[in-house]
Amino acid sequence: MAVKAAMAQREPLVPFIQILDPEGMANPNDVVELRLKPHDFKALYRWMVLARTFDERALALQRQGRLGTYAPLLGQEAAQVGSAYALNPEDWVFPSYREHAVLAMRGQSWVQLLTYWGGNEEGNRIPEGIRNFMICVPIATQILHATGAAWAAKIRGERSCAIAYFGDGATSEGDFHEGLNFAGVFKAPVVFFCQNNQYAISVPRTRQTASQTIAQKAIAYGFEGVQVDGNDIFAVYKATRDALEKARAGGGPTLIEAVTYRLSHHTTADDWTRYRPAEEVEMWKQKDPLKRLRLYLEKQGLWSEQEEAKLLEEAKNEIAQAVAQYEALPKRDVEDIFKYMYAEMPWNLEEQLRELKEYLAQHGGDLPTE
Amino acid sequence: MPQLNIVQAINDALKTEMRRDPTVIVMGEDVGVNGGVFRATENLYQEFGPDRSIDTPLSEAGIVGTAIGMALNGLKPVAEIQFDGFMPPAFDQIVSHAARIRWRSRGRFHVPLVIRAPYGGGIRAPELHSESPEAYYAHTPGLKVVIPSNPYDAKGLLIAAIRDPDPVIYLEPKRLYRAFRAEVPEEDYVVPIGKARIAREGSDVTLIAWGAMMPVALNAAESMIAQNVSVEVIDLRTIVPLDVETVIESVKKTGRVVIVHEAPKTCGFGSELAALVNDKAFEYLQAPVVRVTSPDAVIPQGRMEDYYLPDVGRCITGIEKVLSY
Repeated sequence: MAVKAAMAQREPLVPFIQILDPEGMANPNDVVELRLKPHDFKALYRWMVLARTFDERALALQRQGRLGTYAPLLGQEAAQVGSAYALNPEDWVFPSYREHAVLAMRGQSWVQLLTYWGGNEEGNRIPEGIRNFMICVPIATQILHATGAAWAAKIRGERSCAIAYFGDGATSEGDFHEGLNFAGVFKAPVVFFCQNNQYAISVPRTRQTASQTIAQKAIAYGFEGVQVDGNDIFAVYKATRDALEKARAGGGPTLIEAVTYRLSHHTTADDWTRYRPAEEVEMWKQKDPLKRLRLYLEKQGLWSEQEEAKLLEEAKNEIAQAVAQYEALPKRDVEDIFKYMYAEMPWNLEEQLRELKEYLAQHGGDLPTE
Repeated sequence: MPQLNIVQAINDALKTEMRRDPTVIVMGEDVGVNGGVFRATENLYQEFGPDRSIDTPLSEAGIVGTAIGMALNGLKPVAEIQFDGFMPPAFDQIVSHAARIRWRSRGRFHVPLVIRAPYGGGIRAPELHSESPEAYYAHTPGLKVVIPSNPYDAKGLLIAAIRDPDPVIYLEPKRLYRAFRAEVPEEDYVVPIGKARIAREGSDVTLIAWGAMMPVALNAAESMIAQNVSVEVIDLRTIVPLDVETVIESVKKTGRVVIVHEAPKTCGFGSELAALVNDKAFEYLQAPVVRVTSPDAVIPQGRMEDYYLPDVGRCITGIEKVLSY
């Protein structure tokens, strides 16, 4: 495995891991250490293709006015798929708002994700049995929930871990500090997975911290930090799996910084051309995580043009089916606004619901037309 | 039956619930080895150990944020914020998450969390140790807000809060912590959340109060006997969900309302009570609702707080005003 300096000019404080280079080359000994079979490699590739297909389709739907504001994941497929592949079903996932691939791999449907981004809270109704937490809009707040859930597992003697997903911008928030600090003190079995995609909307990573790396912040909290090539799915998988194994064995938390790049806008309400040069984006496109794994598979004789074409077709169909289902969702009841505030609806909410229903009834059951 | 003060009754409630339910834990600053700066968690560390009586880092957002994660994963945390004035660092976790997780997940997840904090003035404390923040939390959908005023209610309401499936802000009148003792049953019992108490029956004026204002309100009512005025005093006990029925029934009987609270006047919970009385009992009112509150200023330190906080005299003035309309 190539352990390189994170930045050449200074002695690195944390290791940097890259296994698969942008040309799809990897040291066979490093690949053996992954303990993955060819079917795993294909599954990883398939998930990345699905994620990208979903992402392209969601962006297009938003542009056509068929979806609400959407946060694209383009370029971050390896960071998401590689890390989620290392999780066990009993582990807890605390996402931010860009981890569409992670949520889908954990068993949430594409329909559900579209439902959320279509402006319907039903998209956040995590199906029973899936240990995903809901999409978290404010920055870094979920890091504390992950620490707490992992800590509770430890207190209760349950062998599950938690993983918190967040970006480089989140590391400037107090909740990042507090979450990592608590986890270090109580040795909570939690993995902090930072997708350093270089930008918090328009503000670059250098404006978030003067620290040489984000990963090295772990040192101050008393645990291990590791920086990985976030576009290298093998490195991401290995770092996450090792961190989870360590956590399960009682070794406490790990901070992983996956160095990647957001190739698209922050959300559909953003325009990246205002704050970064096209050449920079082009440069990162050359490090495309999908291409990298496909080149590797081809070199290993595990992938053909026909398989590629078949997969793309399948992905397109799977997402198209989800879109059709999403667009056929029934109209919602206004009771949805009121009924999830408390276990039992208090009198004031009952009264306000009744008033709203009466108002609608006066107008034929819906809002009056202008 | 043992005679306990409020802080002892709180300690008794915690001990009772921790014995009954192994998933109940307490966490916060100085709550473990030290037993809490007011001794509310005394001896819990000795009986239940460091995993259930947890000294945390000095971090209010950290305490509430991790407690939310714990509540989600099978525990029932009772988080202590050491003083009312230190709740704001945790405000985001309380209002953006604890209060919304049931809603956000469409009921898949809920947060059985109690946040305890001593509140209110009257103890000559430094700055930001005397706040009355109940209205912030009452304004946030998804939270319950409970404020006991005596040892019996303190125990029963805290047990109810711990058993409640939704997040409860439990504000403790620190001025009354050791003010008096009362009989508190040894066994576990619940004072239901959402039920007010008629602390004193009367027929001429309804005086509504809660927490540390209760002794002030009761003294004022007592003083009014000399003027041949019969004051009914309601101890709300729960701010949210409000026992509107008890309030409105009393207003229908008396037709005159005085509300007393320690928090500043504007948008204090008294404003909501006045509006509700207007909505639901306007035709019974003999006079506009009177509010006796602290001014819209920061609570001062030292002796100056006596000029700031409502006292018996100001309650009497309020009662006289509502009678003379």
